[in-house]
Amino acid sequence: MTTEAVKPPVEDFATDWDHTDPAWVADPYPIWEDLRQTCPVAHTERYGGGWFPATHEYVSEIANDTNHFTSRNVVVNNTRPDELDPPAPPAPIGVAPPISSDPPFHQIARRLILPAFAPGPVNALEPQIRALCQRLLDNMGDAEIVNGGSQYAQFIPPAVISKMLGFPEEDEDMFRHFVHIVLEGIDEPDLEVRKALFTPMEEYFTKQIEDHQANPRDDLTSYLLNVEVGGQKLQMEHIRGTMVLILVAGIDTTWSAIGASLWHLAKNPDDLARLVNEPELLPVAIEEFLRFYAPVTMARLVVDDYDFHGCPMKKDDWILLGFPAANRDPAAFKDADQFIIDREINRHAAFGLGIHRCAGSNLARLEMTIAIEEFIKRYPKFELADPESVTWAQGQVRGPRNLPIRILK
Amino acid sequence: MKVSIDADRCQGHGRCFNMAPDIFGFDDLGNGYVLGDGVLTSGTLDRARLAQANCPEHAISIEE
Repeated sequence: MTTEAVKPPVEDFATDWDHTDPAWVADPYPIWEDLRQTCPVAHTERYGGGWFPATHEYVSEIANDTNHFTSRNVVVNNTRPDELDPPAPPAPIGVAPPISSDPPFHQIARRLILPAFAPGPVNALEPQIRALCQRLLDNMGDAEIVNGGSQYAQFIPPAVISKMLGFPEEDEDMFRHFVHIVLEGIDEPDLEVRKALFTPMEEYFTKQIEDHQANPRDDLTSYLLNVEVGGQKLQMEHIRGTMVLILVAGIDTTWSAIGASLWHLAKNPDDLARLVNEPELLPVAIEEFLRFYAPVTMARLVVDDYDFHGCPMKKDDWILLGFPAANRDPAAFKDADQFIIDREINRHAAFGLGIHRCAGSNLARLEMTIAIEEFIKRYPKFELADPESVTWAQGQVRGPRNLPIRILK
Repeated sequence: MKVSIDADRCQGHGRCFNMAPDIFGFDDLGNGYVLGDGVLTSGTLDRARLAQANCPEHAISIEE
C-alpha cells in the first residue's frame, strides 16, 4: 500500500534527506551532527521538495518567522494543501487549528485551548495519572520481562486525552490507530487511498460530536462546541480540527517521551541509580530527557520563493523543523552530545519555539514525571531485555514502540 | 536587581515558574509573570538567573 519498500535508500542526507529512511529512523543523531558540520540546511527533492535545517539558530529563526513560513501543513507528505480536493482550508485557519494556523487567527484559536492546558487544570489530573500508572504496573506484576512501550507508555497519554475530550476510554486502541495514520501514513502516493485511510477517523469524530451535542458535559469537546468568539460559535470544521489536533498531538508524542526516557534508564544503570537515590533530581532529569530525546519534529511550508542564508527555497517547499536536532547543537548546548542527568542550564526546544510552542507541554511534563517516578519506584533496577528488538516510530514523532525490559532483583 | 518577563516573547514553556515558583507565577493561559515587584534578594537572585538561563524564548531579563 505504501511506496516505502520501493523508495531508494538515501546515500547523501545533505542533498536527498528523508526522515523515513531506515538509517534516520534507527539513529538520526550522527546524521544531524554531520549536517551541522558540513551543510546546516539539507535539501531533498523527495515529497515534492524540502529543506531540513540542523542547527538551533536556523530552527529558531524559521520557527519565529511566520511571514516566510506557514503552518498550513505541519506533516511532511506527498501532497500540498492546494492539491487536496477540496483544497485544505487556507492558512488563517487550516485543518487543525491552532497548529495549522498562521497569525492573526492563530492567536484566537490558541487562546481558546490554552486555559485547559495551563498548570492549574493540568496539575489537577495528577492523582488519576498516578493511579493509572500504578494500575499498569500492578498488571505487569512480577514478570521478569515487561514491555515499557506496549504495556506501559502507550496507555498513559490516550487515557488522559480521551478523558479530557470526553471520549470513551475503551476506544483508545482506535486512537493509536488514528495517530498512526496521520503521522506514519505519509508515503501513500494515491490521494484517494490516503483520503480513504482517514474516513474511519472522520466518522468517529462525527459520532463523538453528535453525542456531545445531544448530551453536553464538562469536557473539552462540549467546551469547543459551545465557546463563542466575537459572539459566534466556532465553525464545525474548526471544532473538528482542534479535536483531531488534541488527540493526535497528545498521544504518541508523550508516549514517545516516556518510552525514550525508560529506554535511556534501561541502558544507563548509573543514571537510573542516581534517579532512584536522588528523586529530587527528577525535574531537571525530565528536562534533559526532553532535550536529549525530543520526540517531535514539525513542518512548515515556504510561503513564497525565499533566499534563506543562500538556500534558494521555493514556494511550497517543505521545511522539516528539527527541534530534536536543535537540541543536540553544540553551539547552543555545552556537551550537547552528552546526556547529563543534572544539567542545570538547559534551554531546550523540545516543545518547539515561538508562537506554536506545544500547547500541551504542562500535561506532557506531568505525564512523563509521574510515569517515570512510578516506574522506578516499582522497579529500581532494570535493563533492556533484547536491545536489538527495540523498534522506533518512523516519521515526525520519534520514540520506542517495542521496549522489552528485564526487571532485575 | 529586578527581574522581568517580556510578555511578547513568553510562549508559556513554563520553565521559570516550575523552577522558581516563589519568583514567577502563571496566568490562566499558562504564561509566566513575575510575582510582586520583581526585586531580587540574595535569596532569590541565583534562582532568577537560573530561570533566565533556561528560558527557551529568552524572555526573562534581570536589571542590574
